Amino acid sequence: MTILSNLADSNLTGSDLPDSELTSTNPHPTDHAPSHGDFRLFGLATFLVADGMTFAGFFAAYLTFRAVNPLPEGSSYELELLLPTINTVILVVSSLTFHQAGKACRANQLAKARSWLMVTCGLGVAFLASQMVEYFSLPFGLTDNLFASTFYALTGFHGLHVTLGVICIAIVTLQTRSNGRITATDHFGLEAAELYWHFVDGIWVVLYGILYLL
Amino acid sequence: MTLANPSELAQSHPGNLQPQGWLRYFSFSLDHKVIGIQYLVCGFIFYLIGGALAGVIRTELASPMADFVSRETYNEVLTLHGTVMIFLWIVPVVNGGFGNYLIPFYVGARDMAFPRLNAVAFWLIPPAGILLISSYFLAGAAAQSGWTAYPPLSLTTPAAGQVVWILSVLLLGGSSIFGGINFIATILKLRRPGLGLMQMPMYCWAMLGTSILVVLSTPVLAGTLIMLSFDIIAHTGFFNPALGGNVVVYQHLFWFYSHPAVYIMVLPAFGLVSEILPVHARKPLFGYVTMVYSIMAIVVLGLIVWAHHMFTSGTPPWMRLFFTIATSFIAVPTGIKFFNWLATLWGGKIALNSAMLFACAFIVNFVFGGITGVALAQVPFDIHVHDTYFVVGHFHYIVYGGTVFVVFASLYHWYPKFTGRMLNEDLGRLHFLLTFIGFNLCFAPQHWLGLNGMPRRVAEYDPSFTTLNQVSSVGALLMAISTIPLLINVVLTAFKGEVAGDNPWNALTPEWLTSSPPPVENWLGEAPLVTEPYGYGHTPGKEPSSPSVKQVA
Repeated sequence: MTILSNLADSNLTGSDLPDSELTSTNPHPTDHAPSHGDFRLFGLATFLVADGMTFAGFFAAYLTFRAVNPLPEGSSYELELLLPTINTVILVVSSLTFHQAGKACRANQLAKARSWLMVTCGLGVAFLASQMVEYFSLPFGLTDNLFASTFYALTGFHGLHVTLGVICIAIVTLQTRSNGRITATDHFGLEAAELYWHFVDGIWVVLYGILYLL
Repeated sequence: MTLANPSELAQSHPGNLQPQGWLRYFSFSLDHKVIGIQYLVCGFIFYLIGGALAGVIRTELASPMADFVSRETYNEVLTLHGTVMIFLWIVPVVNGGFGNYLIPFYVGARDMAFPRLNAVAFWLIPPAGILLISSYFLAGAAAQSGWTAYPPLSLTTPAAGQVVWILSVLLLGGSSIFGGINFIATILKLRRPGLGLMQMPMYCWAMLGTSILVVLSTPVLAGTLIMLSFDIIAHTGFFNPALGGNVVVYQHLFWFYSHPAVYIMVLPAFGLVSEILPVHARKPLFGYVTMVYSIMAIVVLGLIVWAHHMFTSGTPPWMRLFFTIATSFIAVPTGIKFFNWLATLWGGKIALNSAMLFACAFIVNFVFGGITGVALAQVPFDIHVHDTYFVVGHFHYIVYGGTVFVVFASLYHWYPKFTGRMLNEDLGRLHFLLTFIGFNLCFAPQHWLGLNGMPRRVAEYDPSFTTLNQVSSVGALLMAISTIPLLINVVLTAFKGEVAGDNPWNALTPEWLTSSPPPVENWLGEAPLVTEPYGYGHTPGKEPSSPSVKQVA
C-alpha cells in the first residue's frame, strides 16, 4: 500500500498534534528512542576501510617502486629478520589478549578485563620499543634511497597507528577503574579500541610479509 | 534576520521548535539542515572566488601574449582556480550541502547518523579554504603546479605554497571522508523502519555510491600527498627522478583518487536531477531499478579507469587497451541514465520553470561532455588532444555543464524548502539564459582550439587562436554577469519573496511533507513513510502504471 501518495494526507507537519506535545520542553518530542540503534562501530569499521586504503596506496607504491626502480649500487632490500619477527609475535599475541579482555568484560569480570588490557597495553609498548631499537640499528636513513624512504614511511605510518592504539588502550584501561564507564552491556570504548587494534595488527602482518619477507 | 519570517512560521505551525536567528549558521550546529546550508553558502562564496580566478584566466587569454598577469601569476591562478572549484565548491556543495539537507529526510530520519562528526566535517572546510587562498600571499609562492600537482613540477616550484596546498587538500580530504562515512551509515543504518532500499529516492543511491567512492579513493590521495610533502620537506625521493624516484607512480596514485573524484562530483548531480525531473514533469522516474544498478556499475567501473588520464605517460600498450575498454564501458550505465531521464520527460506535463530549465540544460550539456569523454577514452584520439584545450572543454562540459547546472536547478527547486519563500521566476530565467549562452560560448570553442593544438595551462598562445579565445572570453564574461541576477534573486526573495507554503511543487518526496523551513527534528509528528517517492500521474490506491516503483504490501 502506498502510504502517502495522496497529497491530502501530506499535511503531516505536526499542526494536527495536540498542543501539549508541541510545547513540550523535550527536544525530541516524538519518536526517536527505540528506532535509533548504536552504529558507532559500523562508522568506525567504515573509517578503518578508508584507513586501510591509505595503507593500500603505500603498499602499491612500494611494490611498484620495487618492480620498476632499480636500487643504487651497494644497497639492497635485505633486512634483519629477528626483531621484526618477534614484533609480529608480540602484536599477534596482543590481539589475542585484547580478545580475552573483551570476553572478560562481556562476562562482567571487569577486574580480569583490566588485567588483560594492561597486558595488551604492555605488549603494544614493547612493540614500539622494539621498533625503535630496529630503527636505530638500521644501516640506512630516511633519505638514503627509495627503499629506505618507503620503509620508513610504511613502518612509521604503522607505528603512528600503534601509538594511537596504545593511547586508546590506556584510556580504556583507566575507564574500567571508574564506575560505570565500562560495563558488561555498555562498553563501546572497549569494543572500538579492540576493533582498531585488530586492524592495526592485521596491517602489520601484511606489512611484515611485503616489506620483510618478500 | 532569519531567512523566513518567524511570526508567519509560528502562525502556520504553532509550536514550531526551530531556533530562530541567523547566528546558528555560524555555530557548531549539529542540525543537518543548518550544516547543509553552511556547506551551500560556504561553497558559493568559494564559487565566487574561483569564478574571479577564472575571470583572470579568461582575461589573460583574450590576447595571445602574457600581458595581463605574469606567467608565474597565471600558473598560481590556474592552480587555485582548479583547486578551489573542485575541492571547495563542487565536492562540498553536491555532497555535503544537498546531501546533508536531503538525505535524512529521504531516509525518514531526524538527523545524520553522526551529527557531531558531520559538524566537524563542515568546519574543516573554511580553515582549509582560507589556508589555500592565503598561500597566494606567501612571498610570491602559491602553488603553481596545477590542481594535479604532478612531480617533478610540484618539486621545483616554490615549496612553501606547495606545502600549504597539500595541507589544505589533506584537510578537505579528511572532511570528505568523514562526510562519506556519515552518509553510508545514515543511508544503510538510519532508514526509517519499513523503508526498503529499493524505495529510497534516487539521490540516496547516488550518495551511497558517491560515499563508497569517497571512502575507497580519498585515503589513497591522502597517502600520496603525504609522500609528496615528504619529498618537498624532508628531501626523500619517492617521486623525484633525480633521487631514484618514480613520477609515474604519483600519477597512478593521484588518478586513483582523482578519476573517481569526477564521479564524486557528478554522481550526486545525477541523483539530484533524478529528483527534480519527475516533480516538474509530473511523471514517475523512469527505470528506477536500472538507475540503481547503473549507479553501482559506475562506482565499480569508476575505480578501474584511472589510467586513461595517463595515455601519454609511457603507459604500456596492454594497459592502454585495458583502460580504453573499461572507460568505454562507463558509457553504458551513463547512457542508461541519460535515456531514463529522457523517458521520464517523455509525455510528461512539463512545467518549464527555472529549476526544470537548468535540469534540462544539464541533460544537453552532459550528453555533449559525455560524447567527448568517450572520444577521449580512445588512445589515438587522446594522444592527439592530450593536454590541449579539448580536455579543458570536455571537463567543463561535465563539471560545469553537468554538475553546476544541477546545483542551480536544485537551488531553484529546494530554495522554497530552505527558506519558505519562492525564488523569482523572471530573474531565474534571466539567470538561466545568461548561464546557458555564456557557458556554451565559453567552452564549446575550446574543443576547436584543442583539436587545432592549443595547449592548456599556458599563459600565451599562437596568434592564430585569438578569435576563438576571444569568443570564449566573452562567454566567460556572460557567465560572470549571470551571477548577478542569481545573487539579487537569492538575497531579495529571502526577505520579500512570495511565501511558498509547505509543498509548492506538489512533490511526493518526504522533505516536502513538512513545513518550509522544516522544524529542527524535520517532522513534528512521526516521520512519514514514503514508499513511492515518484508516484506521480496515477490515482492513489491504484497500481502505478510504471513498473519502476515498488510498493509495500
